[in-house]
Amino acid sequence: MNTGSAPVPGGSRGVVPPSSGGSAPVSGGSRGVVPPSQNRTMVIWCPDWPATAAALDGGHGRDVPLAVLHANRVLACSAAARADGVRRGMRRRDAQGRCPTVVLVPANPDLEAQLFEPVLAVVEELRPGVMPLRPGVVALPSPGHFYGGEEQAAAIFLERLVEHGLWDVRIGVADEVFTAEHAARQVGIQEHLVIPPGESAAFLGELPVEVLAAGSGADGSGRDGMAAAELVSLLQRLGLRRLREFAAIPGAGVAARFGPYGARLHRLLHGGAGPGVVPRTPPPERACHEIFEPGLASIETVCFSVRRTAERFVAGLADDQCVCTLVEVEVETDRGTSFARTWAHTSWFGPTDLVDRVHWQLQGATRTGLLDGPVVRVRFTPGTVEPSADHADALWGSGSDERVERGIAKVQAMLGYEAVVRPVRQGGRGPADRQAWVPWGDRGVGLRPVGPPWPGSMPGPAPTRVFPVPWAAEVADATGQLVRLTERGVLTGEPAQFRQTPPQGAFRGGAWQSVLNWAGPWPVDESWWEGGSGGLVARCQVVDAVGQAWLLRYAEGVGWCTEAGYD
Amino acid sequence: MPPELAGLVQLRTGGSYRVDDTSLVLALLAAPSRTGAWVAVVGVADLGVEAAAEAGLDLDRTIVVPDPGDLWLEAVAALVDVVPAIWLRPTAVVRPATASKLAGRLRRRSATLLVQGEWPGCEARLSLERPEWYGADVGHGRLRSRRVTVVCRRTGAPDRTASLWLPAEEAPIREAQELQKVSRLAVVRETG
Repeated sequence: MNTGSAPVPGGSRGVVPPSSGGSAPVSGGSRGVVPPSQNRTMVIWCPDWPATAAALDGGHGRDVPLAVLHANRVLACSAAARADGVRRGMRRRDAQGRCPTVVLVPANPDLEAQLFEPVLAVVEELRPGVMPLRPGVVALPSPGHFYGGEEQAAAIFLERLVEHGLWDVRIGVADEVFTAEHAARQVGIQEHLVIPPGESAAFLGELPVEVLAAGSGADGSGRDGMAAAELVSLLQRLGLRRLREFAAIPGAGVAARFGPYGARLHRLLHGGAGPGVVPRTPPPERACHEIFEPGLASIETVCFSVRRTAERFVAGLADDQCVCTLVEVEVETDRGTSFARTWAHTSWFGPTDLVDRVHWQLQGATRTGLLDGPVVRVRFTPGTVEPSADHADALWGSGSDERVERGIAKVQAMLGYEAVVRPVRQGGRGPADRQAWVPWGDRGVGLRPVGPPWPGSMPGPAPTRVFPVPWAAEVADATGQLVRLTERGVLTGEPAQFRQTPPQGAFRGGAWQSVLNWAGPWPVDESWWEGGSGGLVARCQVVDAVGQAWLLRYAEGVGWCTEAGYD
Repeated sequence: MPPELAGLVQLRTGGSYRVDDTSLVLALLAAPSRTGAWVAVVGVADLGVEAAAEAGLDLDRTIVVPDPGDLWLEAVAALVDVVPAIWLRPTAVVRPATASKLAGRLRRRSATLLVQGEWPGCEARLSLERPEWYGADVGHGRLRSRRVTVVCRRTGAPDRTASLWLPAEEAPIREAQELQKVSRLAVVRETG
């Protein structure tokens, strides 16, 4: 990108007066006692981020007029487009009318967030604990101490970001996020503004009320954006021009008249503490990725090459006495497609486990057609990190388990990840409800607790065979009349013969068999609240002439089926 | 081996056995599973998990491949390397060459294979005969226990049988011998 031509930013500009007001904001003096806050906040703002992201993505230069459209209206535009008269909120046709050469791009929030990530990384390198507000705006605890002052810190940040390839970056430093963001909005390209401690109220007071609409939730979207737009309109109708005049309204009735947003703003204008920076926990610090140059087309090669990265990832966590139990594996192809999947592990991920996950993910992606080209990047991001002490191996006997895990992984590599399962019991009424398959390596999610009694579940020994798809069945009495269940849960006749049709590989199907003995019916009210057929469901145990026992289910409107067998 | 079945057959490591009935397989697998061994189940899509747990299988050490498709042999071969007891329901007809190849692998790895279905060259065949369910009574009661005769057939040896409760009233498996004796005694007493 354009690092060569980038000038060194702002330098020592010190306190820049807001462009709207003539006088320096410091002169206003602070109302009441405002203790100098220890937690200063820096906000870095990249204006028109949607347009910048689109330009970066499309490889357009800075001088290309570009507008990002959402719902046929301009959401953001580049400086070049603005110079030609394109404005936010303009219709597509009007924008094209003002600037016929404008490049129109549909809005892509994912891309915006994605491209902002490297910017966050640059900032995080300088000062960890950043809090991205939205794509294009990031707040962080002001790092003044480390750089000999906030001015110097801002200058260094600007320099680094411009080196990274950003052109339009602005920085504001103040006591809290709100003021810092507005400070950033008051300066020019690659400049910064520092509001001294306790001067926030004075600075904000001089701003015209219209800045609120441009502030938090800048595109008029989001809750704050709506509230801000309403407040601006209201203040204008009241004849208030500057925020200072809004601040002069006595505090008691503000919340009632201007809503929570107005009340919060009012407090800020009086020097009350706004929200500080809540730093995001930086998982990317421990994330590892591997770039392939050129891309690798074969899954095997990718897995082979990713091994070192997996080892580095696990070793990095181990240095912190941690293990990872949930990991996100992200794969990117040379066509720019990237897909991620989160994997959980019953104990924790070792390097080979990670390689297996990559293998499965690539296999799955090949099947679904997501993998559309050679792989250029594989990235591991820890999801859940736990102290390794919690997962320490038992003194004896864990070695063989590891061997078993290897064997399982082999089968999974052959048949696919979901093909190898762990049988799990869960709560339920029917035998099929009472069990579940959990893919090996996953934790069971959404399983019903076995604990509480399940009214209507079958007593006695559990059936040894539970058919995933019930077999169609018919039950008749001695005269050959089909047996049904009445609304009162009583059988219309005594079962004397039945027949069932196993789907395939039937070893004893189709023909009528006589019923030697039977028990039931046990009615179950299971479907009326599940929005099912709403009819009565009942189960019967039937012993056939050769002494085999079956569990049959009757559902109103559906008839009989064989759910399970006591083989 | 569960003690109830010990008199019938001694499962050797490296051997393959044909077992026809699911409850019998579960009873045979429960013994190693209780001692902490891993168990693999291949091709049994209709496994009753609750019954397996009731029989005594440790579900945390049970690996199930419900539907291996055409790759059942490869799956079994991979699992033989790491698991000492495998229950297989083959999805296709097994050729003798395949079976003997797998048998070699079983011997090398000291694993035991229980097959539900045709299997050439198996050591013995276990099946249930004359099952009688107790508890159900023409619309009343429920299935409680089953009296069975387990038959072990092997080539070149006489059949062996054992009378068992599978399941018994309060246990997954129990010998029925004593009860038989008791009832005989009762008959003797009654008749004089």
